Formats: sequence, structure tokens, C-alpha cells
Amino acid sequence: MCGIVGLLVKKPALKDQLGALMVPMLLGMTERGPDSAGLAVFGDPLDSGHRKLSLYSGLTPEGSHFEWTALVKALNAALPDAQARADATGNHAVLTVAVEPEAVKIWLREQHPKLHILSTGRSIDLYKDIGTPGEVAARYGFENLHGTHLVGHTRMATESAVTPDRAHPFTAGEDFCLVHNGSLSNPYGVRRKLEPLGIHFDTDNDTEAACRFIEWRLRDGDDLPTALQHSFDELDGFYTLLMGTADQLALIRDPFACKPAMVAETDDYVAIASEFRALAHLPGINHANVFEPAPEEMYVWKA
Amino acid sequence: MEGVIEQVPFDLSTQTVRELNQFLHQPADELAGCEVVVTHPNGAHNIAVGLNAPVHVTVQGHAGYYAAGMNQLANVVIEGSAGTGVAENMMSGRVHVKGFASNAAGATAHGGLLVIEGDAGLRCGISLKGGDIVVGGSVGSFSAFMAQAGRMVICGNAGDALGDSLYEAVLYVKGTIKSLGADAQLEPMTSADIETVSALLQSAGLKAEHDPSTFKRIASARTLYHWNADADQDY
Repeated sequence: MCGIVGLLVKKPALKDQLGALMVPMLLGMTERGPDSAGLAVFGDPLDSGHRKLSLYSGLTPEGSHFEWTALVKALNAALPDAQARADATGNHAVLTVAVEPEAVKIWLREQHPKLHILSTGRSIDLYKDIGTPGEVAARYGFENLHGTHLVGHTRMATESAVTPDRAHPFTAGEDFCLVHNGSLSNPYGVRRKLEPLGIHFDTDNDTEAACRFIEWRLRDGDDLPTALQHSFDELDGFYTLLMGTADQLALIRDPFACKPAMVAETDDYVAIASEFRALAHLPGINHANVFEPAPEEMYVWKA
Repeated sequence: MEGVIEQVPFDLSTQTVRELNQFLHQPADELAGCEVVVTHPNGAHNIAVGLNAPVHVTVQGHAGYYAAGMNQLANVVIEGSAGTGVAENMMSGRVHVKGFASNAAGATAHGGLLVIEGDAGLRCGISLKGGDIVVGGSVGSFSAFMAQAGRMVICGNAGDALGDSLYEAVLYVKGTIKSLGADAQLEPMTSADIETVSALLQSAGLKAEHDPSTFKRIASARTLYHWNADADQDY
């Protein structure tokens, strides 16, 4: 069991409240996922020459005392064009660079192999860690997050260990993330298809296979609906998947609808959660259009 | 159920589901004539489960999983939607969902009437054992799977594999059927069938909207009742 939440605000004035609106949703999914939680938030994109990388130092020996300033200094010495700067809090930092991110990632993996790269892109910031949703939300100040849309998850692990890197959301490529409630029965088959194409996996988690498969389809030229159609054909098992891109949220459920989802839509927002109880405290919920997404259908909302 | 004399409010934003259910589990004579009104249900699970008294319960909002499960005698109205397993294993009484219901609505119900005014999700009436279900909208795939006894009236459409491995339950569908499950077959509507549909629509309060003679009857072809080695697992 796991919990999924998603929120997309339709009015610019609500962008500042995105985190505050979402935290009760995430807390409402605590019973479905008490062991880890995470969140990807999408905001105004950086210009095309810049990228940001969300980094997690909880797996390094220094943990939350990681020397982010020293990292930035060393990175700028090695790659002066990067003009790197870091916005750090404890074990988490958003590193902004002015170069293609691949060179930065190679440097990070060489110099700080225990540092976990959570996400890369122009719009996405990502936070995930072990702990109850309430603890994780407080640790990273989720209530203060701004942006147009977000994808969140509360985890009750079933098929791989409870570790920060196996928490959701998973990311692949740039400005793409995915959360999953369910279990895939063919993640290793998917993985064996992708690894010969040079696609690297960070963990043994089944959700990572779905995430990297869909991102591979998108990178290969599929638009989102085509990529999702391919995932219906390729992914076997139980799943409700919620995905975020720089300007969209997308939801699919397996053909047997084994894992739940509810959507509430008003003039102000689209909110998605595993269960209504996570939506119940949203403003205007009594007048929202509440519905249960159908199995094997694609739901895409544009930011 | 006539003569409601006392209205008892329960506000689930300040009271717990356990308090509500413990109140509802009092001996039947304590509850006689009671109408319990549940406000701010907020999708909570297990609202009004295991009732065993002719009490009225009105849920003013959306209910979570297993609402009115195992119901006996009580009359439960959910004014919003219901989550997975509403009225599962109902024995008697009546459960009325004014919105939509999620998966496995009315699963294994032995008796009573479940009314869903909106759509029902997948596996509605799975393993039905004698209850009646009237759905004002459509039902999802695998509905009435292995349904043994009872009746289902579906005013909208049915998804895939309707009535797969059906025993003696009878299904009536007004709209389209995406596919029938193994051993489910369309049969002619008799005058008795039309009366049955008419009576169930009447009980559900949906009689004015639907002409009973426009429904199709689906029942078991009974070819799975005995093992057929020659079928080679191809049904």
C-alpha cells in the first residue's frame, strides 16, 4: 500500500500556497504510507542555459552536516563554466548550474559517489526521505513550497527496502517524475530492455523501471499519451501512476483498477489522491467535481 | 422504520468513527426510531459498519472504504460517493449511495438492497449471494463475477466480462455490455423479468427514468457447473 497525492493550481495567485494546500493531503495519506515520503514540485523554469539538480546527502558519512559550500567551491574550480551555487538545508540542496547537467553529474558521481541526485531539470525540485509524511514535510518545509504543480507520495514498502533513495518520486531525464501505488510484476524484464540502451538504474525498485521506461519513450519522441499507451502495453502488474512534467500532470491506472485514485477539480485546482480523505480538507471541496478515474484511461492536466 | 422520533448528530470532524459505530451498535431497542446524521465524513473508512438494528443513518458527504459493510436491518443513505466495498456482505436492510461508488460495491451481499445512483466501479456485486443491487449509472469490468444469487439492475452500461462464471444470480442491463464473461449469456426477457426490474427500480426510486421492458437479461448458461475435460481450459 502507498499513498499518492498531486496538486495543480489553475490561478497564478495560488502558486504561493501550493505547499500549504498540499501538506494536509500528504498527511491524510499517512496510514497508506508511513515509512517514507517525498514530493516533486514544478515552478517557473530557469532559462534554457541553466539547470538545477536536487541533491540528497543523507547517505553520505556527513549526512545533514554535509559541506555544501565546499562542494560548490570544488565544482566551480573543476568546471568554471558551471557557475554553480547551492541552496542548501541540512541533507538537501538545490544546485543550480549554467552548463549542461551531464558534466556536473559525472563530476558529482566521481567526487561524491554517496551523494544521491534526486532530480535534474529547469523546473523540478525534489525532496524525499524516510520517516512519516509529517516528519518529512516538517524536515523540508513542504508548507512553504511554491509552484504550479506537484507530485507527492507516502510509502509503505512492499518490494524493496525502506531507504531514502527507494522512496518516491523517482525521476529520469529532465523535469520528469513518477510516483506509484502498486507493484509491478515485470520490472526486471523492463530493466533488461532498457539497460542495453545505456539507461542506468540507481536502485532495484520496481517503480524506477516504470519511471525510466516512460521517460525513455518521451525522449525517443513519444508525446505523453503515446508514451502512456506504450506503458499500458509494457508494464504488467498493479499500478496507479502519477507523473509530473514541466507543464503537466498525468495519471493512469492498470486495467483492473487494483489501486485507488480520486480526483477533485474546481476552478482553482485539480487535486489527485489515492483516497478522498486526503482531499477532504481542500478549500471549496464541497463544490468540487469529484470523480474516480477509470482504469486504462489517460488523464492529463496542463499547468 | 416509520416514526423517526429522535435525530442524533455525529460530526466526524470532532468525533471518531469508533464513537459513531459504538453508538450504532447499541441494542436494537435502544436505537428504535433513531436517525443518525453523520456530518463531515471526509472519506473516513468503516462508517456505519456492522449495524444490526432498524436504524436510519444519513451520511452527509463522501464515505471511505467499507461504508455500511455487513449491514443488517439498517437504512443507510450516503449523500456523496462511497469508496471501495460499500455494503459489502450486507445481510438485509438498505444502503443508498447518491453519488458514485468505487470498486467491489455490494460484494458478497447476502440480502438487502444496495442502490447506487451514479456509476459503480469494477467488480460491483462480485460473488453476490442473494442481495439486490440497482445501479443508476454504469458498472465497471468484472461485475457480478461468480455471483451466486440475487439480482442486479444496471441502468447504464457494463464493462468487460460481465457475469463471468455466474451461478444463479440474474443481471439486467439497459445499456451496452462491453463483453460478457465466461458462461454468462443473454436470455429473453419474460414478463416475470419485466416485473422484477420494475419492482427493483421502484424500490430504488429510479422507476420514472427507466422503462423496465428496455432491459436485457443475463444469466448463467450453466456450462461451468460440471468439469469438462474436453474444453481444454478454453471457455
